[in-house]
Amino acid sequence: MTYVADVSALARKDLLLELRAKDTLPSMLLFVVSVFVVFHFSLPSGSSDVAASGLLWVAIIFTALLALGRAFVPEREQHVLDALVLAPCDRSAIWLAKSIATFAFLAAAEVVALPVFALFFEPVSGPMLAGVALADVGICAVGTFVGATAVATRARELLLPLLFLPLAIPLVIGGVGASVATDPARYLGFLGLYDLLFALLCWAAFEYVVVE
Amino acid sequence: MIAARKLGRVFGEKRVLRNVDLDVPDGGFALVTGPNGSGKTTLLRICAGLAQPTEGELHVDVSRERIGFLAHDPLVYRELTGLENLELYGRLYRIAERKERIGMLLERFGLWDARHERVSAYSRGMTQRLALCRVLLHEPELLVLDEPYTALDTQGAELLDAQLQELHGARTFLVSTHDPQRVEHFATTGLALA
Repeated sequence: MTYVADVSALARKDLLLELRAKDTLPSMLLFVVSVFVVFHFSLPSGSSDVAASGLLWVAIIFTALLALGRAFVPEREQHVLDALVLAPCDRSAIWLAKSIATFAFLAAAEVVALPVFALFFEPVSGPMLAGVALADVGICAVGTFVGATAVATRARELLLPLLFLPLAIPLVIGGVGASVATDPARYLGFLGLYDLLFALLCWAAFEYVVVE
Repeated sequence: MIAARKLGRVFGEKRVLRNVDLDVPDGGFALVTGPNGSGKTTLLRICAGLAQPTEGELHVDVSRERIGFLAHDPLVYRELTGLENLELYGRLYRIAERKERIGMLLERFGLWDARHERVSAYSRGMTQRLALCRVLLHEPELLVLDEPYTALDTQGAELLDAQLQELHGARTFLVSTHDPQRVEHFATTGLALA
């Protein structure tokens, strides 16, 4: 129970910080809507639905990168991570809480993004929605871990996308597959497996990325 | 409490700490002095468990939740209020009677009236006082204080003097400072880094 209480206190803090500073969510919303508008006018008319599904995933991944790039900024600016690391809570609680907060921001951005996508391109199907939800879990789990690794370095803005984008390729494959395949269950299962495997890895390894 | 033998730390090509021996018994007060870049902060971070030495041996006989670490930065969130920051740490440290303890510290360090203001609106001195509240909140056995008098005005420095006097002998201290005269009467051990 104490683990849940720690995660809850840390996630609540992240949501409160965003509510106060409004640094992340407005820029994510503006970015994702702008991307769809640009794609809408740059694609030739009559482009296939498959191409549209691909564009959705490009938009989601790069919108998530905005959130991940900002995720550890409050900790970095005041070196607060040192104090959190010294606290008696399990260090993985810091990762889990940050992942939950990032998931909340990404989900909020998608609540706006998916209707815009449906308006410009194609209707959002059930399997596509399930694929987005499962991919979000993987994006936030892996991205938060990579973000914590990158935040300790000088080249953090460069390192985050360099580390994150290759790790996100399976999520894009699974997400696009779930959106366009006749049998989406196989791709959804693949996304679920990815989430489980990488969440466990990040949970177990987070302790080692926050101590010098 | 702390026993270090031939402690060293290298960052890439740069050596910031070399052959440091340090013994601080329970209830002792170790004063670490030295010029900028001599490795004071690195030594304190290693002793607090925030960094690993690359050479030598270190034994710190206290678990990490019993350490209070005051850094150059206050280690508090600027967009939270002073009270919210202490509430967060109070929850993470599972402090019994958290509200009473927080209220007592805020009163003692003169921040009670500013408790609902965001830290971004605090002066540097008020932020340092809040950082001291954070450090003392869980009643640590080992206090690692890096330049604790930084940014404190006369009244704030006197409050810190009184706090050190109260805890002297009952807690173990590892303190770095550029102004050793201020605390040398507390010191039981001295370490001058070159």
